[in-house]
Amino acid sequence: MNFRQKIKHIGWLPVFCWLFLAVFGWLNIYSSVYTDDMTGIFSFSVKSGNQFLWIMMGMAAAFLILFVIPPRIYTSLAWVFYVSVIILLVLVLIVGKEVNGAKSWMILGPVSMQPSEISKLTTSLLLSTIMGSYGFRLSDWNSFFKALAVVLVPVALIALEPDMGTILVYCSLAFVFYREGMSGWIIMFVLLCVLLFIVTLKYSACSALLVLTAVMGVVHSLESRRFIRTLWPYVIFVALFSFFPRLYGSGLLTFLNFMAPEYWILPVSVIFMAIMSRIKRRDRRMRMPRYLILSFICSVALIFSVQHIFDEILQQHHRDRIENLLGISQDLKGAGYNVHQSEIAIGSGGLFGKGYLNGTQTKFNFVPEQSTDFIFCTIGEEWGLAGSLAVLTAFLLIIISVIKTAEKQRDAVFRIYGYCIASVFFMHVFVNVGMTIGIMPVVGIPLPFMSYGGSSFLSFTVLLFIFLRMDLERWA
Amino acid sequence: MGLFSLTRRNMLIAGAVVMFTVLAVRLIYLQLIDDTLKLSADNNALRYETLYPPRGQILDRNGRVIVGNMNIFDIMVTPADVREFDTLELCRILQMDTSEMFKSFRYYKKYRSRIGYQTLIFRKNVPAEEYTLFIETKSRYPGFSGAPRTKRKYEYNAGGNLLGYVTEVDESFLSSHPDYRSGDYVGRTGIEEVCENELKGEKGCRIYLRDSRNIIKDHYMDGANDVPAVPGENVITTIDAELQSYGEYLMKNKVGSIVAIEPSSGEILTMVSSPGIDVDVLGDIGKYYSELNSDPFRPLFNRAVMSTQPPGSVFKLVNGLIALQEGVITPETRFSCSNGYHIGKLTVGCHSHYSPIDFRTSIMMSCNAYFCAAFRRILDNPRYPSIDSSFTRWREYVQSFGFGVKLGSDFPSEKSSSVPSVKTYNRMYGKGRWNSVSCISLSIGQGEMGCTPLHLANLAAIIANRGFYHIPHIIRHHKDAETDAFFAGKHYCMVDPVHFEPVIDGMWKAVNAGQGLGGTAPIAHVDGLEICGKTGTAENPHGDTHSVFVCFAPRENPRIAVAVYMENAGFGGTWAAPVASLMVEKYLRGEEPLSPEREELERRMAESNLLHKNPASKKYVKSPNAKK
Repeated sequence: MNFRQKIKHIGWLPVFCWLFLAVFGWLNIYSSVYTDDMTGIFSFSVKSGNQFLWIMMGMAAAFLILFVIPPRIYTSLAWVFYVSVIILLVLVLIVGKEVNGAKSWMILGPVSMQPSEISKLTTSLLLSTIMGSYGFRLSDWNSFFKALAVVLVPVALIALEPDMGTILVYCSLAFVFYREGMSGWIIMFVLLCVLLFIVTLKYSACSALLVLTAVMGVVHSLESRRFIRTLWPYVIFVALFSFFPRLYGSGLLTFLNFMAPEYWILPVSVIFMAIMSRIKRRDRRMRMPRYLILSFICSVALIFSVQHIFDEILQQHHRDRIENLLGISQDLKGAGYNVHQSEIAIGSGGLFGKGYLNGTQTKFNFVPEQSTDFIFCTIGEEWGLAGSLAVLTAFLLIIISVIKTAEKQRDAVFRIYGYCIASVFFMHVFVNVGMTIGIMPVVGIPLPFMSYGGSSFLSFTVLLFIFLRMDLERWA
Repeated sequence: MGLFSLTRRNMLIAGAVVMFTVLAVRLIYLQLIDDTLKLSADNNALRYETLYPPRGQILDRNGRVIVGNMNIFDIMVTPADVREFDTLELCRILQMDTSEMFKSFRYYKKYRSRIGYQTLIFRKNVPAEEYTLFIETKSRYPGFSGAPRTKRKYEYNAGGNLLGYVTEVDESFLSSHPDYRSGDYVGRTGIEEVCENELKGEKGCRIYLRDSRNIIKDHYMDGANDVPAVPGENVITTIDAELQSYGEYLMKNKVGSIVAIEPSSGEILTMVSSPGIDVDVLGDIGKYYSELNSDPFRPLFNRAVMSTQPPGSVFKLVNGLIALQEGVITPETRFSCSNGYHIGKLTVGCHSHYSPIDFRTSIMMSCNAYFCAAFRRILDNPRYPSIDSSFTRWREYVQSFGFGVKLGSDFPSEKSSSVPSVKTYNRMYGKGRWNSVSCISLSIGQGEMGCTPLHLANLAAIIANRGFYHIPHIIRHHKDAETDAFFAGKHYCMVDPVHFEPVIDGMWKAVNAGQGLGGTAPIAHVDGLEICGKTGTAENPHGDTHSVFVCFAPRENPRIAVAVYMENAGFGGTWAAPVASLMVEKYLRGEEPLSPEREELERRMAESNLLHKNPASKKYVKSPNAKK
């Protein structure tokens, strides 16, 4: 395939989105560090100058990937890349530099980098190589665990740093597993667990149990072919028992007080569901599937261990951030400072923003980390809703176009790799933007292509362009 | 599974779109709907430097400045910006002790996290010379700066209770006055409080952009939105500054008060409360407040409007007028007096004088027996079916003189006086179990009643006006014409003008009848001033009698009505009368020199110290005259 054919077939939409985000990010990095006595956007004494350098290097890397390096190298050398990054991840634990409580930076002379950023690339490559190889079937336990191990090894090492943000990004690889045949119920179950965790923390174990019963009821009804007939007993049950905690506290039911209310609700709902599932004997169409029972047991175990996980396993700053996010405690000077200032900055932007370089919040350092993790604040403040939505749209276009292109691949390896990077981009954008607007906890992960930083910009660029190069193989 | 019938590709795309929609909705909420964030952003980035306006001046009736302003300087410090500097040099310039400076810096260090980048007051009230020196060398002391502000300057010793003071607002004030901000100054008590709205002016502000470390970056929009401070308006009071400070001078070391009113307008010329707050203390009242508060003589208590005391014999004027109006006596009616009024076991004592006497003489001599008899005639008047109705009628008369109510002046914290009602006696004796004898003390202004010196001065003004008064007030021109009209309104008492002449005759005689004729206040006589007055010697359970005197002058077209109330001083004729006459003389004669005798009297009045006669004094010795 010659140069002209390549030019013709490259997926230009993601390339343009990438260019837009990179340049827009670069402008906003300049704005976020802008002061009146600035030397200029290209000066290497400020971050924007460095970012310009990274963008140039990223373009060079993109050119090499698209036109020079044969794509088969990535799959054939996937193991090599993977193992060397694993070695780096081990090394960083020993000789790494601790920044913001995580030992994630490796300093080699003038260059410093985060191995965890690169590990996303290598893990994606190896995962797609293995999952796309001949004879791999996800339903086969052996294959499944092999794929899982590829993911879990770097996750374990990153957890030791510890870098919660990157682990969250790795969780997104579950979408890849889902695409390749894993039951969707697992993802739903994880979401249910998050929901139950939040409800238990914010309200009570009682409420969580009732929510769980309600969810069970909905799924049970969907599974049975008699939706309404299965659902209404659940509705009545949950409606009735939602008054129980208040009754319990009112002193009318003092004879029950020797046991906490959640220990009363649990057996009652178990009995209730047992009755509901016994109906299946008479009416096969209303049977309760076994996986639902298993999920129920796991969820109950989770609900009763939430307090333990929260108090004993999570670290103090995680607890602060989660409590702050859920509105359990509000500490605008401490744990909530970043998010509060960030919300103020974004909120003050309005529809069209205050104009480039005119942001008062981001310019005067009210928001910490504004050129890296909180770069979205600058966009929100200076470009307003219009700029914020433009950025989100660009990301969404990249993700959708990658997924659609992935489905067109003849080679399963390329398809899986496409899903990998779509998942990683999605998670990065959702968590990063989510935390600046106060709907996700603050975890330090960058906004792809936009946040200041060489290793993150380059690794995202490489991640994207390798896929674009793989896509060209369709016309080879 | 029904729910998952979409292809997995579409499920994932749909999921991504939904999640991004969540982000977009939240963004729309933050950026378009939630307005509080924009406000917070302004508070974050804009620093409003408040420009404090100079307070308005307080002028007297003749345009003399009673309270003005002077510039003083504070030295401010931003501890976070302080670098190494020559501490000894700065101490020398600011004339402070090095230990004092180190103490401050130890404090800044201890609370550095709390202070952050704030600017604090390093030294208050630095004199102008020191300030100039500091400003010249300011560059050598990074982190220090100077801040000029204005402070009250008192030109006359006009008394703290009259003027009031200016102080920084406190928590409780802020909670009830949302338009004030912490750090503002506000006038408390006295004229400063009455005229707060006029005096305070309008704060301005200068807007700067600042960063998260509170460092000023820029003048916001080059000052386009800055608001200049509007200086407070000057307030013209009705006070005569010279007379006021003369009153303060005479009342030094005495407990009591002087109120002088211009009868024709109700304007308060003088309002002295002694012991009061010295003007030297007034400027820094915060420093002395606890000391003042714990002073046994209660200098913060404005006796002129707040102290309700029995009026004593002065009240005979009121009873006499009521009796004449009711027709139960005529000026020619005579009552006999045998060293007092005797009925049953009860005796109301009186001093020795010839008997029987007519109405005019009774006022001149202040005969107790005469007014006991007259008072009983009022209450036992057969025109009224019962004592209840006659007493209620009497009370209406008394109230028409302003007693028993708040006069409604524009001066703050004015107290009402108390006049008993039928209910009071029903409670004390039982319904129907009391008669005119039970309340006989009221005839001579004792017993169950009390009034403030302001009420007494108002009484003098009513008599001077022959039957009406203007509500006493302290501000000449109010902001709204309505209030001015209110104070210009005449309030008539229920006694006809014709009945005032005999009373005024008696008052004139009390002062001007000449020595030896039995007048109670010949000491108050001043040639040519035609002072008419009435003494009072109010008995009280606390110590020696209160010395009371009300008067007005001249007799025709009176220009001043004065009430002097001196607690525990003794006879009305001994202390209150001379002080009142000196006030009248000062007001009517101005700077004219006093006659030698009067000068001697003035000196004696000013220099006497009567504090020891007050039960609050540490040196208090119970006088043999004092009632148990």
